[in-house]
Amino acid sequence: MTTFDYAPALESRSIVTIDSSYGHFINGVFVEGKNHFASINPSNEEVLSQISLAGSDDINRAVSAARVAYEATWSKMPGKERGKYLYRIARIMQERAREFAVLETLDNGKPIRESRDVDVPLAAAHFFYHAGWADKLDYVGVGHSPRPHGVAGQIIPWNFPLLMLAWKVAPALAAGNTVVLKPAESTSLTALLFAQVCQQAELPAGVVNIVTGDGSSGALLVNHPGVDKIAFTGSTEVGKAIARAIAPTKKKATLELGGKAANIVFDDAPIDETVEGIVNGIFFNQGHVCCAGSRLLLQENIAEQTIEALKVRMAKIRVGNPLDKNTDLGAINSSEQLGKIQSLSATGDQEGAQRWSPECVLPEKGYWFPPTIFTGVTQAHRIAREEIFGPVLSVLTFRTPAEAIEKANNTPYGLSAGIWSEKGSRILWAAQQLRAGVIWANTFNKFEPASPFGGYKESGWGREGGRHGLAAYLTSDENGDN
Amino acid sequence: MERKNPCSIFSATVPSVGAICVYNDMVSIARTHLDSIGGSNIPVAAVSTAFPSGRASMAVKLQDTADAIAAGAGEIDMVIDRGAFLSGRYMEVFEEIQEIRALCGEKAHLKVILETGELVTYDSVRKASFLAMLAGADFIKTSTGKISPAATAPVVLVMLEAVRDFYTLTGTRIGVKPAGGIRNTKDAIKQLVLVNETAGPEWLTPKLFRIGASALLNDLLMQRMKMRDGYYASPTYVTID
Repeated sequence: MTTFDYAPALESRSIVTIDSSYGHFINGVFVEGKNHFASINPSNEEVLSQISLAGSDDINRAVSAARVAYEATWSKMPGKERGKYLYRIARIMQERAREFAVLETLDNGKPIRESRDVDVPLAAAHFFYHAGWADKLDYVGVGHSPRPHGVAGQIIPWNFPLLMLAWKVAPALAAGNTVVLKPAESTSLTALLFAQVCQQAELPAGVVNIVTGDGSSGALLVNHPGVDKIAFTGSTEVGKAIARAIAPTKKKATLELGGKAANIVFDDAPIDETVEGIVNGIFFNQGHVCCAGSRLLLQENIAEQTIEALKVRMAKIRVGNPLDKNTDLGAINSSEQLGKIQSLSATGDQEGAQRWSPECVLPEKGYWFPPTIFTGVTQAHRIAREEIFGPVLSVLTFRTPAEAIEKANNTPYGLSAGIWSEKGSRILWAAQQLRAGVIWANTFNKFEPASPFGGYKESGWGREGGRHGLAAYLTSDENGDN
Repeated sequence: MERKNPCSIFSATVPSVGAICVYNDMVSIARTHLDSIGGSNIPVAAVSTAFPSGRASMAVKLQDTADAIAAGAGEIDMVIDRGAFLSGRYMEVFEEIQEIRALCGEKAHLKVILETGELVTYDSVRKASFLAMLAGADFIKTSTGKISPAATAPVVLVMLEAVRDFYTLTGTRIGVKPAGGIRNTKDAIKQLVLVNETAGPEWLTPKLFRIGASALLNDLLMQRMKMRDGYYASPTYVTID
């Protein structure tokens, strides 16, 4: 028998320059920060840099800079001119795409294949898309002569650091708001590189400010009286805290929170195609995806066959060095997250579900978890109810379409769902019944700047992307806002 | 540097082709020539059954095949009746393959050409793959090479999935031969990766996987020359016959 081993195909990291420590980006310049903490490469625990923890002084300076830029420059600039800056940023991101991709992979642990082919191109696409909107705001649908809110405080997660930055910053700027953005504490580096892009694009000082830090810095930003709008992507728990904090204020908010998406497979679905979709749904980005297809609902008459095919496919997933272009599954982003995945998976064992992972050798250093499925899961199991945010799939079965819908909707979340069927009428029927903001049919995890994204129920408030997402950064007299 | 002919077929370090594929009337010429130059272990494959259109009576198709076997063909590459397949007369397709299979018997290995460029949809490719395998094909082959598109990666993927599933159901491994459109070494490597990832490493043998591509050989030779010399030579350094 012939052996056919793949040689490693390492992407070079020489394209990126990482400083030994970083401050904040305020009013167009990098300023000194305090209380530094380490940013770690999760695939080998290498310390990449020291990141500053923003305190109230830093947040005050950033919000003031954003306010001045808003009043003096950005809100007064014609939309067409704002659009030019956004186009310029988008083009620089494309020119520096490899640098962004390598840095994202080093800092986040995701495979270079994904940062290169998904995160960075989509981030640039968001800037291009919103650049086109900047001079057409009358047509967004919030009334005539819509106005920006003012200063947007934006807090983003660690799973798609640059892409979530783009989702937040591009519409805010297109609409005429200025921004104070705080990246997640474990993944600040691409946001700081983006700050350099803002300088390179000669964006007016103070329009984009980036402050680094942890949840305490985020809380300072949320509670700052100079912030007019909050945009947050992260856990439902923190989202609820933000909602409570801003309830007595006039602050607007969009919240993108957790999910526990049902990926429903009907018995007429093509198995091979579906298996690819299941793998993409749960193992894309190590399952660190709020809209991940983490609950697989299989029609019972094809369950066994589908699980067997899924196992064969999972055995081919390559886990390892994220900079290797062959890698499918990279590192878990932090030891804290790894601990969460391990402990929730342990409840799966304790509650009687059957765990399976293919044989795979995990690197010795860094934070790693093998691709895993649990079969024999019921709606009552914690692994069917709680967001694991890792490469762990819970498999359930159903017998009738009605049962599939009932189980799919039996969750406090409602961010996304998937339907696999060859029958169009069944897809349309199921999509109407599902209480989820994004529904994919015969695909999964497809993202596109023109398509609004957001959740039902405890998965969030509002939408991001498309006309609906842009509307969240605008108001008008006709809109009843003041 | 001493210049060696990169194309010495029967050197121990250079692998030989899986078979020499010719039209029916060339079988005896190819067989005789191969035997005379020490290539008696290399089979001659004959394209048969009114190749490439398949538009002839069954009697003609059977005679065509019998002639090729009598002339020394060790492999028969038959075409399916695409007209019958596309109009839903699947049993006719099935029975034709069975008859040719019976005629080949132990004497000749049977490849069934689906002509996927005319079947068009992946559903049809999968269905035709199963018809051929159930009717006794040793190999399923994408194309005659006369129709474009031919061996596209998605079509080969569907056929590899079919042989993988047929093995799961029956325990028998059927070969796959993409033919047509694989013109360079990179394309060929992509095909090998598809085989390895889909059907599995067991298929990475000439008994179960072949690439039919006359254009590929020269590119492969040029890649080998580049490995030896460190630079790309002009295509004119490789002969075309």
